[in-house]
Amino acid sequence: MSQAVVAKLKQEFSAAVVNTVEHRGEMTVTVNKNDIVAVCTFLRDSAGYNFLCDLCGVDYLGSEPRFMVVYNLYNIETKERLRIKAAVGEDDCCIDTVSGVWSTANWPERECWDMFGIAFNGHPDLRRILMPADWEGYPLRKDYPLQGPDRELYQGRLS
Amino acid sequence: MVVEQQGSASTAVPQHMNTAVLGDNIITASLDKVVNWSRSRSMWPMTFGLACCAIEMMAAGAARHDLDRLGVLFRASPRQADVIILAGTVTYKMLPVIQTVYEQMPEPKYVIAMGACASSGGIFDTYSVVQGIDTALPVDVYIPGCPPRPEGLLYALIQLQEKIMREKNSFGAAIGVGEVVQG
Repeated sequence: MSQAVVAKLKQEFSAAVVNTVEHRGEMTVTVNKNDIVAVCTFLRDSAGYNFLCDLCGVDYLGSEPRFMVVYNLYNIETKERLRIKAAVGEDDCCIDTVSGVWSTANWPERECWDMFGIAFNGHPDLRRILMPADWEGYPLRKDYPLQGPDRELYQGRLS
Repeated sequence: MVVEQQGSASTAVPQHMNTAVLGDNIITASLDKVVNWSRSRSMWPMTFGLACCAIEMMAAGAARHDLDRLGVLFRASPRQADVIILAGTVTYKMLPVIQTVYEQMPEPKYVIAMGACASSGGIFDTYSVVQGIDTALPVDVYIPGCPPRPEGLLYALIQLQEKIMREKNSFGAAIGVGEVVQG
């Protein structure tokens, strides 16, 4: 089922699709970050993925590009799922917002900005959502000291 | 001040009776004692449930342990509260709210840090958690435990009652003469 969608996606956006992986019935498509809005709009309108379950960031510290934004989509009608990933580099740490495609993306994108410092271009209200408004740094980055900015990096428990 | 001996009120106020002068239906007490007694027997807590400790706080308020019998009636408004029970993990995001609520409480006011998290940060030695609410508020009683049982909260409230009873010049402070001296 989702293979058909991926085939359609590859046909429509041959340059945008970087990689597709199927693992235990879960389909993951990695796309170019510049085409994320076009891909998402296509998936919503032509493939019926009318619900964005979750949007999250991943920090692959040490590899390039460093970040990955993950979109977990759901087709409420056919009960199918699809995972879209887009790599985001550290230097140009931003990606276009999909809050115009699924308005529910608003808060997850704010969370992703809050925790990873990945900016979402065109987001209507890109503020911190979990941390205090005046907080400095992005806590879920791998190089963020677990116990706070003024503490040493966590080395595991000593006792 | 002279308090007429009536009902159960007299039992809590220490009696310094001079029956020869005052007769046997009048008792005398220091004003501080009367003030301390009335304050310690009607500690209305501002509930500040922040995590699992709040469940134990609710259990302490419910039928089996029944805080009402100590004159401890939970209030939903800081304006009506005398003591704030910080039950749970305090995050930096929540800290300004706690400080606002604390400042809204009328004097005299007391703070109970319930459980390991409120007392010291507990197991959450992380960037987002305040490492002990005593960095921001003057804590009167700490309760150990993760979470403490209702008996622990009961014991803390009784300890706070005893602490209030030891205060000096509480009447003077109430009418604007000097400060309360902690016992």
